[in-house]
Amino acid sequence: MALAFDEYGRPFIILKEQEQKTRLRGIEAQKANISAGKAVARILRTSLGPKGMDKMLQSPDGDVTITNDGATILEQMDVDNQIAKLMVELSRSQDYEIGDGTTGVVVMAGALLEQAERLLERGIHPIRIAEGYEMASRIAVEHLDHIAQKFDFGPTNIEPLVQTCMTTLSSKIVNRCKRPLAEIAVKAVLSVADLERKDVNLDLIKVEGKVGGKLEDTELVYGITVDKDMSHPQMPKKIDDAKIAILTCPFEPPKPKTKHKVDIDTVEKFQTLRQQEQKYFDDMVQKCKDVGATLVICQWGFDDEANHLLMHRNLPAVRWVGGVELELIAIATGGRIVPRFQELTPEKLGRAGLVREKSFGTTKDKMLYIEHCANSRAVTIFIRGGNKMMIEETKRSIHDALCVARNLIRNNSIVYGGGSAEISCSIAVEAAADKYPGVEQYAIRAFADALDSVSIALAENSGLQPIETLSAVKSQQIKENNPHFGIDCNDVGTNDMREQNVFETLIGKQQQILLATQVVKMILKIDDVISPSDF
Amino acid sequence: MAIEKILKDDASEEKGERARMASFVGAIAITDLVKTTLGPKGMDKILQSTGRGHEVTVTNDGATILKSLHIDNPAAKVLIDISKVQDDEVGDGTTSVVVLAGELLREAEKLVAAKIHPMTIISGYRMAAECARNALLQRVVDNKENAEKFKSDLMKIAMTTLSSKILSQDKEHFAQLAVDAVMRLKGSTNLEAIQIIKKPGGSLKDSFLDEGFILDKKIGLGQPKRIENAKILVANTAMDTDKVKIYGARVRVDSMSKVAEIEGAEKEKMREKVKKILGHGINCFVNRQLIYNFPEELFADAGILAIEHADFDGIERLALVTGGEIASTFDNPESVKLGHCKLIEEIMIGEDKLIHFSGVEMGQACTIVLRGASHHVLDEAERSLHDALCVLSQTVNDTRVLLGGGWPEMVMAKEVDELARKTPGKKSHAIEAFSRALVAIPTIIADNAGLDSADLVAKLRAEHHKEGCNAGIDVISGSVGDMAELGISEAFKVKQAVLLSATEAAEMILRVDEIITCAPRKREDRM
Repeated sequence: MALAFDEYGRPFIILKEQEQKTRLRGIEAQKANISAGKAVARILRTSLGPKGMDKMLQSPDGDVTITNDGATILEQMDVDNQIAKLMVELSRSQDYEIGDGTTGVVVMAGALLEQAERLLERGIHPIRIAEGYEMASRIAVEHLDHIAQKFDFGPTNIEPLVQTCMTTLSSKIVNRCKRPLAEIAVKAVLSVADLERKDVNLDLIKVEGKVGGKLEDTELVYGITVDKDMSHPQMPKKIDDAKIAILTCPFEPPKPKTKHKVDIDTVEKFQTLRQQEQKYFDDMVQKCKDVGATLVICQWGFDDEANHLLMHRNLPAVRWVGGVELELIAIATGGRIVPRFQELTPEKLGRAGLVREKSFGTTKDKMLYIEHCANSRAVTIFIRGGNKMMIEETKRSIHDALCVARNLIRNNSIVYGGGSAEISCSIAVEAAADKYPGVEQYAIRAFADALDSVSIALAENSGLQPIETLSAVKSQQIKENNPHFGIDCNDVGTNDMREQNVFETLIGKQQQILLATQVVKMILKIDDVISPSDF
Repeated sequence: MAIEKILKDDASEEKGERARMASFVGAIAITDLVKTTLGPKGMDKILQSTGRGHEVTVTNDGATILKSLHIDNPAAKVLIDISKVQDDEVGDGTTSVVVLAGELLREAEKLVAAKIHPMTIISGYRMAAECARNALLQRVVDNKENAEKFKSDLMKIAMTTLSSKILSQDKEHFAQLAVDAVMRLKGSTNLEAIQIIKKPGGSLKDSFLDEGFILDKKIGLGQPKRIENAKILVANTAMDTDKVKIYGARVRVDSMSKVAEIEGAEKEKMREKVKKILGHGINCFVNRQLIYNFPEELFADAGILAIEHADFDGIERLALVTGGEIASTFDNPESVKLGHCKLIEEIMIGEDKLIHFSGVEMGQACTIVLRGASHHVLDEAERSLHDALCVLSQTVNDTRVLLGGGWPEMVMAKEVDELARKTPGKKSHAIEAFSRALVAIPTIIADNAGLDSADLVAKLRAEHHKEGCNAGIDVISGSVGDMAELGISEAFKVKQAVLLSATEAAEMILRVDEIITCAPRKREDRM
């Protein structure tokens, strides 16, 4: 493929190895990009909404994931196309920022691209389309601010939060027990939330899963669970009012970092060394005992002798606890992580009301529960379920619910779900379009159509007549001037989303529109794709 | 323009109907595979491993069969996973759960073909599962209060579980074994405390439960073969060369005499250690690690029975039975708890010598010695016994009991049918389908036994129309019989787990409308 020729018809070489590269330019490039973006959106389209279907993904190693979380699907899909990768990024950034609405954002972007394609065919310049989209998105976001409602909740009145989390969970496989799970998520978030600063540190919530039992057995533990057991089978399985020494040094003879050698050349030396060794183990255990610890949690292993000494002195211990868990335990119990035995002091011990070992099923699975901690800020959500994929999917769903609850604590504005916000925005954008002179007007109208198509997807997935339903809802919204009408996905009988208690967070929705617009703008601006041709 | 390729080269993507078809086909194939092992007259499978030696396993345990399959179909993997979880969680019903899930999908396939949306099917299945569970809850029998009756319940459950396995010939014998063993655990579910020793030779009937404890080890040379009123020290310590553990220590000598001195010191150290151990006033010493010849000799001199290299489980069990604690240091003999037992002796089973501890203080652990004609028989016997033990230990915690022989399925099917009649809308088709899937289980049981399933199940259904009926399939006589009289029982926990996980799995597979298979990871060829 030649790019430019001199007067004798010889090609200039501009790109390195340009013979081996394929190149798409101009309208061709835009069309190719758009169709790739649309292909990704098409995959996710059927996962949208409470009646959305799941995808089964088989990883390169043969593991199976079943999910309807947009971000997870795209991440596991292992896409190759550059533009498709952009869409994956889009969904991921929605996941990082908001945590929910990862499917919606991709469907939205797909719809925008589809509309853009039509405009391109009419000969409108891509940049004008992009600018029109930009204006439209601003209108939509402002309109969302306008129709959003604040609602009040507090530590005592968690009902609104629970309702919002239930909306999120209703599109997942766990919707069978969305109520208890939503309650768990809200309680977890509230117990770690800093209501003064309106911030939530989700790192303090640990989500653990173990196969077996049923979904209903999922519980919220006010404390930490560790997938470990006591280092010695005969140590007590339950400790009340535990004082916990959290150590990052092993119960083993010291290993100085500098290289050294201890030479044994006489019998005396051999014997002193032996005594020292014994004393060393004794000292270690004694130090823990001296500061009043009743439980030792250690990041490393124990020597057999040390283990027995611990057992002997009635000091239960847990070994090989991971770094992250160690930190969480330290936060929860208010203890300090101690790197050396010499530095153990009574103040550095953590406190927990109850530490117990719990065993599951017929195998030797045991877990350690650390509960009633001094500082109950760290909590654990412990998920049970029939199989591994179920647990994984529940984990993802809970994560979404947690994010939603967090967003609400940060900003308590909500909009109504079920496509009502999109339809209302679409009406507003449509109305505003006429005020703009110039070609952008078309792009703004196209934006309104794209907003509609999200609701259409929702209706399609719910088995309703998409166009009929949408137009009915739209006319109802305009007639009654009420932005709460949406698609009645669950066949409840009313399409007033306020009555159905279907909420979404305002920032989540705004973010969706902004992110989708941004990515579409980026894709539209590309007019030249150079890639190494197939090998 | 052609649609852009967005996935990697070898990846494949299946959509909509095709995806659903692929899952249905995969799941139903798995079901058909294990279906024939269901019930008392179920057949076994031979599994040959691809590993070295092409080992052969003969089994009819669903979990074992599925575990050894290499499956590529993602839906089939879901089924294998639920069977594994069932095994871990309750130990039995691993075949039933797969068969029920498969039947649910088979029914769902028909409904999808009749243009009913999968989501509608799912919500119907959910309602049906809830209703079925309630139906079972209403009919459970709980004999927690009455110890005598409860024990007979356990006995019945054990017999029912074992009747579908290789042990069915001697099921009374083995049921008794299993019940005794589980009762000794006193409510703990730690099956590790029950040791199963397999010794080829003899017949299955010669298997026995030992009240005491049997360690598959030999007694050191020249040491007493029989000790009465034994005081046992259970230890986990190095008795070979007691290394200096301080990092970087090494021996550096310049002459042969020094070597001898150090060696002397080492010996002295070991002698001291042994002395300290002797200071506990024991006459039996069991160590997890090796005992070298030198200390062994010392023990022999002192007239102490020393057992080396007992594995970790053995040590733990021994500690459990004898009530001693596992020691690793020996400086304060007064505070180490020693284990006690009345008699230690060497016994012979078949050709092997074993050490037998009898008259132990705490009876929490015990040993079951299995005898049988070949390794395959023993392996399968162990698996069957393990199933029975699992179920029993779970039943001890959750004492609710149901009748067996297809009775629970018929009870559920009846209630679910009733629900279907009351439910308006398309969901009722799904609920009806659920009941058909439930009835499929007694049908398969009857089919496997070579009976006229259509006739039997119809009779059964008619019987069940009466209130409080106990009818089920009596495979032995090939007719409908009273399950309460025949003493066929199952644990409620098992049935509940089967019902819930099967529904969950079916639901999961139904929700899928697209399968994306990533390109398999390239493995470097090292061959």
